[in-house]
Amino acid sequence: MRAFANLLDRLAFTPQRNGKLTLLRDFMREQPDPERGWALAALTGALSFDAAKPAFIRKAIEARMDSALFALSYDYVGDLAETVALVWPAKPGANREPELAEVVDALRTATRAEVQKLLERWLDALDPDGRWALLKLLTGGLRVGVSARLAKQALADMGGVEVSEIEEVWHGQEPPFEDLFAWLEKRSEKPTADTPGRFRPVMLAHAIDDTDFAKLDAKDFAAEWKWDGIRVQAVSERAQRKLYSRTGDEIGASFPDVLDFLNFEGVIDGELLVMREGAVASFSDLQQRLNRKTADAKLISKFPAGIRAYDLLLEGETDLRHLPFRERRVRLEAFVKSTRSPRIDLSPLQPFENWEELAALRANPPEGDPRVAEGLMLKRWDSIYEAGRPKGPWFKWKRDPHLIDAVLMYAQRGHGKRSGFYSDYTFGVWREDPNGDRMLTPVGKAYFGFTDEELKQIDKFVRDNTVDRFGPVRVVKANKEFGLVFEVAFEGLQRSSRHKSGVAMRFPRISRLRWDKPAREADELSTLEKMLDPI
Amino acid sequence: MPKPESVLCPSPAGLYCPPGDFYIDPVRSVERAVITHGHSDHARSGHGAVVATAETLAIMAARYGEDFVGSTEAVRYGQTIERDGVQVTLVPAGHILGSAQAVVRAKGMTIVASGDYKRRRDPTCPPFEPVPCDVFVTEATFGIPVFNFPEASDEIVRLLKSVAQFPERTHLVGAYALGKAQRIIRLLREAGYDQPIYVHGAMEKLNTLYERFGIDLGPVEPATVEKGKKKDFAGAIVIAPPSAIDDRWSRRFADPLPAFASGWMRVRARARQRQVELPLVISDHADWSELTATLEEIKPGEVWITHGGEDALLRWCELNDQKARALSLVGYGEDEGEA
Repeated sequence: MRAFANLLDRLAFTPQRNGKLTLLRDFMREQPDPERGWALAALTGALSFDAAKPAFIRKAIEARMDSALFALSYDYVGDLAETVALVWPAKPGANREPELAEVVDALRTATRAEVQKLLERWLDALDPDGRWALLKLLTGGLRVGVSARLAKQALADMGGVEVSEIEEVWHGQEPPFEDLFAWLEKRSEKPTADTPGRFRPVMLAHAIDDTDFAKLDAKDFAAEWKWDGIRVQAVSERAQRKLYSRTGDEIGASFPDVLDFLNFEGVIDGELLVMREGAVASFSDLQQRLNRKTADAKLISKFPAGIRAYDLLLEGETDLRHLPFRERRVRLEAFVKSTRSPRIDLSPLQPFENWEELAALRANPPEGDPRVAEGLMLKRWDSIYEAGRPKGPWFKWKRDPHLIDAVLMYAQRGHGKRSGFYSDYTFGVWREDPNGDRMLTPVGKAYFGFTDEELKQIDKFVRDNTVDRFGPVRVVKANKEFGLVFEVAFEGLQRSSRHKSGVAMRFPRISRLRWDKPAREADELSTLEKMLDPI
Repeated sequence: MPKPESVLCPSPAGLYCPPGDFYIDPVRSVERAVITHGHSDHARSGHGAVVATAETLAIMAARYGEDFVGSTEAVRYGQTIERDGVQVTLVPAGHILGSAQAVVRAKGMTIVASGDYKRRRDPTCPPFEPVPCDVFVTEATFGIPVFNFPEASDEIVRLLKSVAQFPERTHLVGAYALGKAQRIIRLLREAGYDQPIYVHGAMEKLNTLYERFGIDLGPVEPATVEKGKKKDFAGAIVIAPPSAIDDRWSRRFADPLPAFASGWMRVRARARQRQVELPLVISDHADWSELTATLEEIKPGEVWITHGGEDALLRWCELNDQKARALSLVGYGEDEGEA
């Protein structure tokens, strides 16, 4: 438990992805089975307990401590689990410190009343960090910023294999993953991937560069629209129906309506979208359905989801991945037709003669769904379906971003290489307040898009023009006469009730610094509102 | 029995001894002062005459210049000086080099002004000595039950493990320039770390002073970068005042990993506010268990709490039938980095 607690502690304070990977990789190298496997399960959300309710934890501590002293402590710390972890009276040597595996075993078999007794014994035996980890585990909120994707990458690093290999076998594995570790430590063969309903690692595309076109022959490529949903893999294999994200996370529980319509035998690669009468709805509609444990009938009927199919990986029992795209495509078209599913349709190919014609279509997409597409995908007719992101067979060609001029309003320090710099910026545009005065209203946040040299200049500007501070946030001088203007690029704009300005940008970044532009000439909120996505 | 306030009483300038006409750690200039230790909220310049340990006087001279005071009198631990019927003895407080408790005896009464203290081992100063007394004057910087510190040596193990795990990054340890920095260096040496330790310019003078008083810091070098040599500090430990970590100064290092050695790091929100990646819970102050254990050990007639978490400590005294009052002295413990 101690090593697991230390890991959680480090992860919670380490913002960088690479740092987290190092911590996870080293932990899994150093810790024995089954401890590391249970830790992995806890971190990736494969274990969840609600064995201890906050009220119980509170009662337990108040039986051991003066309630006035506890109240002062809780008031100071603000988090119940952390407060209890810190103030629980130590009983050195009272019990042996429990291993994570012991805790997990006990929680799986014990009754609630037994758990409460065990919990108090464990708290007696652990140190404050261990108590914190235990309480977070028991109340179901580790929140240390580790996704399943990150954990799989750490496993790949540990074993020196590609992450797609981990993804391939992941769904046949159960905590505490002893077979998986045995393979990664070269003590045994790769676990079998032959589990019905398993995930097949997806094929991804590189962004195309302007200079690439000269080297590419338009006749070698098919083009289709890149839909603005989330990439999914729909699997229906020997009575197993699964819906996976592109990183192999199961998301079927949020989309029971889609699972219901996987009335085929095979594996489809496609885009998950909210669709109404065959027309694509906005990404924010899809967001209503994401990251939910379940979906009720009302949500489903309001935001009906479906799949727009790009590719076919398995047909019946035949693996198609080694076939060229041209052939897979023919099979896909027939396959989608034969399903007659109201929730699965075909992503149509966009015919074109040459790159100029395609460029014109990209700049000005035809009426209908292509208007809300993110751009185009180019796929070589002869490309096999290859896991990972091979260079050459597939390209994505996104639409040009929207641009606005906005004024820097707040800045926060970055992490790692940027920890001495104010590198996270909140910017705003002008709007009229009820009195008719022009005020800046924040519309987004960006933390990249500038060079190191520009970062130094912005940082100096922030330090020289700070007018107020809230914790780590600096308020930067910005008014009609004075301010730093950023040209901000973003992919799309949607209505948002969560933001004061009423709009939310997708993928904003700084495209240019406009030292030359007076702050009063930055854009108005009304200009942004005209850029709202058409749906 | 006379009232203890007739021997030592709180005043706007600090604790005052009317029969001896002197102050302890006064926050403004006075004629006569007893200084418990060299931290700037206790040791200010511009007094007429100062009584302190030789170490504390040397620290003050290093910080303020040789003419920081009219006259000085250096007192050894355990040595008693007497004036106008008042005896003052300085005994170790275990806080930093030269730190002392001022034991004041007059009118048949003993009052201990403990200054800042801790009960844990510190390789840079002798341990706190409990003195039986009628009144024990204590700080309560960490006087809330949430502050129970781990062993400092365990925190050093965590630091060294991180250095091994992230050899491409510079571990930038925020530590108060006087006391904490040298204690960390000593603890690193005790843990077997023999690489050069790099320090911020603000610490060099104090490190030299510690060495002069026999604290062996091992190879310590200035953290200055020649142009284009950023990578030199990859894998190194650099110690700097907490304020420098947030400052432009820290940019000279390869992908710095900010650490901070302070008792405040016990609470996660504090570490997050400072964007610390490696919080090290190491303090030169007594934590809750040390404060309460000290009161139980000394069992003074009365406890006076100068500053810090007095509400919780008063409550503890009430629960333990310990007579106590809060003085709420102003001007101490204002520099968070020091704790």
